[in-house]
Amino acid sequence: MTREEVIQKVNAFLVEEIEIEKDLLKDDALLKENLGIDSLDFVDIVVIVERNFGFKIKPEEMANVRTLSQFYDYIESKVKDK
Amino acid sequence: MKRVVITGMGIYSCIGKNLEEVAKSLYEGKSGIGIDPMRTEYGYRSPLTGIVERPELKSLLDRRSRTCIAEEGEFAYIATLEALKNAGIDGDFLEKNEVGIFFGNDSSAKAVIEAHMIATEKKDTTLIGLGSVFQSMNSTITMNLSTILKLRGVNMTISAACASGSHAIGMGFTFIRSGMQNVVLCGGAQETNFYSMGSFDGLGVFSVCIDEPAKASRPFDAARDGLVPSGGGACLVLEEYEHAKKRGAHIIAEIAGYGFSSNGASVISQPNDAGSFTAMARALEDAKLKSSDIDYINAHATSTPQGDAVEAIAIDRLFGNTKPFVSSTKSMTGHECWMAGSSEVIYSILMMQNSFIAPNINFETPDEFSQKINIAATTINKNIDTFLSNSFGFGGTNSALVIKKFK
Repeated sequence: MTREEVIQKVNAFLVEEIEIEKDLLKDDALLKENLGIDSLDFVDIVVIVERNFGFKIKPEEMANVRTLSQFYDYIESKVKDK
Repeated sequence: MKRVVITGMGIYSCIGKNLEEVAKSLYEGKSGIGIDPMRTEYGYRSPLTGIVERPELKSLLDRRSRTCIAEEGEFAYIATLEALKNAGIDGDFLEKNEVGIFFGNDSSAKAVIEAHMIATEKKDTTLIGLGSVFQSMNSTITMNLSTILKLRGVNMTISAACASGSHAIGMGFTFIRSGMQNVVLCGGAQETNFYSMGSFDGLGVFSVCIDEPAKASRPFDAARDGLVPSGGGACLVLEEYEHAKKRGAHIIAEIAGYGFSSNGASVISQPNDAGSFTAMARALEDAKLKSSDIDYINAHATSTPQGDAVEAIAIDRLFGNTKPFVSSTKSMTGHECWMAGSSEVIYSILMMQNSFIAPNINFETPDEFSQKINIAATTINKNIDTFLSNSFGFGGTNSALVIKKFK
């Protein structure tokens, strides 16, 4: 899966399933402060990522993920590791 | 003690999605029963059910709220919106006044079963997702509505089998009458998804009149062969009289009495005429009324052979001399279970407002018990000043409410 495909898939579920406005999805957007993703949203994001990318997010691996760009990086690395 | 009035109501059911549609269906004796093919596939003995469409909530609620609300909560939410509008209560009122909530609900099967299926497949509970826990608890309706509406008063669910919705009104009545609350939203809701009634169907108590769904629910009729499950949502705004008067609210009706009992019997599913009688007699006494003051009885009668018979015996014992009109609106709606005690109060108030008695459709041949009571088999144009609404449930829980025109 290319980075472009990761970005496309992540953005698609953020818009369609988490219902975040498309215009907010910028690389440097902070997941919590700018996109409004809180711990309860994250419960669903774990489920959606598993369904879309076939791996389970481990909270400890997300400790340093604060921006959308870092989230793409994380997903991309996990997909490559598979 | 304070007087308790009804200042708003809302309904979402298989015979209409709002008060106006439901009043028309009741007058016309229209059935809301149909076939759910998923029930056949799932292994039900009977695929008959009230057909209730899932409401579209995307334009009304944000994602979090929609994720956490179960099917019956969706029905309840739509009914509550209508009730609040009907009562002239808006968000500003809810912010400035302490409003409580009591809803009757006794299951939320779909989320429980789906969570189990995910956990079984994935062996990982963190893949169940956010909404499940808030959808699967019996209190799903009150926890969701109180959050969505930002309520600050008493907040709880009443689980009392098929009397849940009636006891919820009884509890709201009690809280307001005693001065503990001024406004309480009271209601009941019932899921209709195919998971929800499988174990109930397994008891073999559902009608199998599959060829003619509209004729399947036939309370008090000699040829009845069981109940038809149904569902939806119903909400009433209960308010302390002086509070309602002060804010200039339109008063729809007054709650005059609440009666309850438990059968004290040893068979969990068996109804009992003595228990039904006690609940009705207690409601009348609470209302300081005589049996001759009751113009109409909305019977609990679900179309089961035994249940309808014991209710007819109890009604005859208490009202044998005055013989008020009796009908079971379940003949049209099916058995709305946890919701029925609330929805049937709304159905009866609609009759009271429009001066008619809705028919007990499919009542064609009386049996030895139902021949002793005055069943309205067709629509009767008649003034109603006071009515009694019965609700009985598994475990022998009984509830009766007396409602009268506000004077």
